[in-house]
Amino acid sequence: MSRLKILALLPLAVALSGCNYVVLAPAGDIAAQQRDLVIISTVLMLLIVVPVMALTVLFAWRYRQSNISARYEPEWDHSTSLELVIWSAPLLIIICLGALTWMGTHLLDPYRTLGRIKAEHAVDQSKAPLEVDVVALDWKWLFIYPDYGIATVNDLAAPVDRPINFRITASSVMNSFYIPALAGQIYAMPGMETKLHAVVNHTGTYRGFSANYSGAGFSGMHFNFQGLDDKGFDAWIASAKSAGGSLGRAEYLQLEKPSQNEPVHRYGTIDSDLYRLILNMCVETGKMCQSEMMAIDAKGGNGHEGLNNTLPLAYDKYARRGTVFGPEPTFVAGTCTPDAPQGKTTASITAPVDTAPLLGAGLKRPTFAPLKSSSFFLGLRPKSDS
Amino acid sequence: MSPDLLKLIFGRLSIDSLPLHEPILVGTFVMVALGGAALLGGLTYFRLWGYLWREWFTSVDHKRIGIMYMILGIVMLLRGFADALMMRAQQALAFGGSEGFLPSHHYDQVFTAHGVIMIFFVAMPLVTGLMNFVVPLQIGARDVSFPFLNNFSFWMTVGGAVLVMASLFIGEFARTGWLAYPPLSNIGYSPDVGVDYYIWGLQVAGVGTTLSGINLICTIVKLRCPGMTMMKMPVFTWTALCTNILIVASFPVLTVVLALLTLDRYVGTNFFTNDFGGSPMMYVNLIWIWGHPEVYILVLPAFGIFSEVTSTFSGKRLFGYTSMVYATVVITILSYLVWLHHFFTMGSGASVNSFFGITTMIISIPTGAKMFNWLFTMYRGRIRFELPMLWTIAFMLTFVLGGMTGVLLAVPPADFVLHNSLFLIAHFHNVIIGGVVFGAFAGINYWFPKAFGFKLDPFWGKLSFWFWVTGFYLAFMPLYVLGLMGVTRRLRVFDDPSLQIWFVIAAIGAGLVFLGILSMLMQFAVSFLKREQLKDVTGDPWDARTLEWATSSPPPDYNFAFTPVVHDNDAWWDMKKRGYHRPLTGFKPIHMPSSTGTGVILAGLATAMGFGLIWYIWWLAAVSFIAMLAVGIGHTFNYHRDFDIPADDVIRAEDARTKLLAGAK
Repeated sequence: MSRLKILALLPLAVALSGCNYVVLAPAGDIAAQQRDLVIISTVLMLLIVVPVMALTVLFAWRYRQSNISARYEPEWDHSTSLELVIWSAPLLIIICLGALTWMGTHLLDPYRTLGRIKAEHAVDQSKAPLEVDVVALDWKWLFIYPDYGIATVNDLAAPVDRPINFRITASSVMNSFYIPALAGQIYAMPGMETKLHAVVNHTGTYRGFSANYSGAGFSGMHFNFQGLDDKGFDAWIASAKSAGGSLGRAEYLQLEKPSQNEPVHRYGTIDSDLYRLILNMCVETGKMCQSEMMAIDAKGGNGHEGLNNTLPLAYDKYARRGTVFGPEPTFVAGTCTPDAPQGKTTASITAPVDTAPLLGAGLKRPTFAPLKSSSFFLGLRPKSDS
Repeated sequence: MSPDLLKLIFGRLSIDSLPLHEPILVGTFVMVALGGAALLGGLTYFRLWGYLWREWFTSVDHKRIGIMYMILGIVMLLRGFADALMMRAQQALAFGGSEGFLPSHHYDQVFTAHGVIMIFFVAMPLVTGLMNFVVPLQIGARDVSFPFLNNFSFWMTVGGAVLVMASLFIGEFARTGWLAYPPLSNIGYSPDVGVDYYIWGLQVAGVGTTLSGINLICTIVKLRCPGMTMMKMPVFTWTALCTNILIVASFPVLTVVLALLTLDRYVGTNFFTNDFGGSPMMYVNLIWIWGHPEVYILVLPAFGIFSEVTSTFSGKRLFGYTSMVYATVVITILSYLVWLHHFFTMGSGASVNSFFGITTMIISIPTGAKMFNWLFTMYRGRIRFELPMLWTIAFMLTFVLGGMTGVLLAVPPADFVLHNSLFLIAHFHNVIIGGVVFGAFAGINYWFPKAFGFKLDPFWGKLSFWFWVTGFYLAFMPLYVLGLMGVTRRLRVFDDPSLQIWFVIAAIGAGLVFLGILSMLMQFAVSFLKREQLKDVTGDPWDARTLEWATSSPPPDYNFAFTPVVHDNDAWWDMKKRGYHRPLTGFKPIHMPSSTGTGVILAGLATAMGFGLIWYIWWLAAVSFIAMLAVGIGHTFNYHRDFDIPADDVIRAEDARTKLLAGAK
């Protein structure tokens, strides 16, 4: 058992060795509160774990076969009072821990706006929080600062003691946005938005990365997060602005292509609508945004006619998608948006090849012969009146 | 030949599919080929094929099938552990600008294969094998309810393992992590055969697991001997019952979710795609509805083993049998109410997260009660520190740590900082190695004399024990530390040099575990050589308590010449106490199931079908599928399903045992 004792000393030896226990010594208030919960829960559980381990060793030693002076009661197998204790002791601890969990989970919900910037310091409501839109790409991070009109790749900065509102999405596969010094992680998922509210309390440079495996370049998908004072942050913004370069839809589609160990780069100007387009997976012109699709569906959808509103998928990050037995890969063509009124969607749309009458009100005519699967359904559909 | 014809015959399989450019794989292949050739040559030289086919492969005897499951589990442990060593080496080396020795294309397959193999083809076969071997003996039955189904289930598990192993040398395995989350596992991001190997390997093996679950439930419910009411069943049988209920209730979910992923990948549906209304989160949700019960499927039988071992080696009745049973049942039910704790960080609301966090913590109450029950079984006992008991004590000390970190991870705000970190890796290895693997080893050491008639060598056993336990702590305690430093899982290269020492310690730990595995293999070899010395003729080498020890070691094909009658939950202890005498006369012919090769053939065809589907060799898939139907239907016309062991044979076997027992006295 002496070996176990040595192992028990390991954490202590480590604590003295000066390593960076970022989870236990974070720089942000949210992460600090999460750290507190980690420690309180551990201590609560040690209340029962330590006696159990001690009793195990004690009983194993005391009632060893060679110790014939110990009492031996081979038929003793029940004691109601002992049963009560062994069920209620864990129960009591779980009741405490459960209460702590319920409160902690609600207070530290990443979707909840901050009430304080650190212990005893309420949020100054007059100052607007910093808005940052985060996009996980293959395999790098894009940060958009909508209020400042800049964007960066693999470089994130925020002023200390100012709440940060992150809106997070991804372009292709799942990642998890995690800066251990700042706050707990939250997944970044394509076509979906997650949120994180956090604040950094100390200046410094901290590590951020993806905490969910996302493919070949995953190991290199990290960035530095800088906590800066107000002046430093303004200078950082100014340097990004002066970096030149602009991030529009076309540049984004280039950026989005898979690349590994991407160096930091910055864009002085951005397309202000870019994040919405990324989130709705319609950066490519001519693709229908998910929000529009959902709005149409919420009104009852386009019916079977909607099946015709697809175009063959020509571009993809890796190759043409497509399955061995499935229909040709397609996407839903955009119909009508404020910045792309009908008919102005994409240059590559050519004249219709099929002479069937227009289907549905306001739907664009399909630009190619209907897919095999579509025509199958079309053959079955009841004649529409339009 | 024209490309079209080649494509028709070979699908997407071509000479380029062989990993000839990967020296590690070519080396492995050469080793495996040489070893395999030696093995096959040996079998041929000693003319063992007929024996193996008749007595083992086609056997429907639950004891033989159980042993074959154990062999499968141990063989696959070697493969899964080779992956672990490669990961540990890569992570210990890849610092300071070094890329290590594995490119991401290979490394990502290695960690995926490690997880899949260790869960599906090591832990599951070990647990299923023990249940298969022990349960019918413990309940006084002659076999399981459906002996042919049992053989078929085993071979389907082998078929799945064969497909996963084939991916090593033909094509590649998935590069997605062991649960293959979409969109990464969708055709758009994983267009090659890796994910298809994953899908079909698990589907083929999953059929076996589900059927085996049904079989064992039916066995436990219907075949208990007279007097064995539910509350007189041994605790291991109780845990086996609960585990198999979990299997039958959860594996269909896995089958369905993989089938939906298959449809996405083969026919272009959009269940889990990003667009067209697909939802990758639904996959995560569904797979964990299977995945969380799965960990209890593994650990409940281990709990059962520890209960049997503690009580036997403390020479004492199990403390709190009733509360032990209720704790098992409560865990079974609760294991279905916690799955969301695997994705707190996907943005569910605070109330949902708290609910699942608290249900998770509640599971620790019955688990804690079990821990105390084992403690108080030891209390006022006479503890013999034989190998099974050593593993049990190591389990009790290790598992509480793993349980504690598990409850910690169930606190959602704590999970936000520890999710997917190496802390999580340390936690689940702490419970799976500390619980399931230690349990399986306790079980192997405990029941080995029952299966083979001689004990396992204690010297090599203890060596293996100490290597494993120290190796485990050295390998995984550093990962807890790294998790607290904010290091996440599945990374291939690192740039913070201060982390390296921890990975080096972990690699040393893995090396010790490797010595532990070698010692265990040595233990089997040495025990076989010293089998005369280690022989047990009594059938009850541990002075044990349950019914399996009432018969000879190894038990005769029919297990019990007369079905025993039970009056107590420690049935054999009770019989010994009351001065039980073996019946020596009055033997009758015994009705037994016949061996059949159909299970092997069906599973072989299923594997061929899986291979065809993976490589788009449609003719092979179609032919194997039709052949499978034909063989299945053909088997229903097989009327030679049972036979009677003549009374003379029973008398001969029982007389031989009488002589042995007399000689032992």
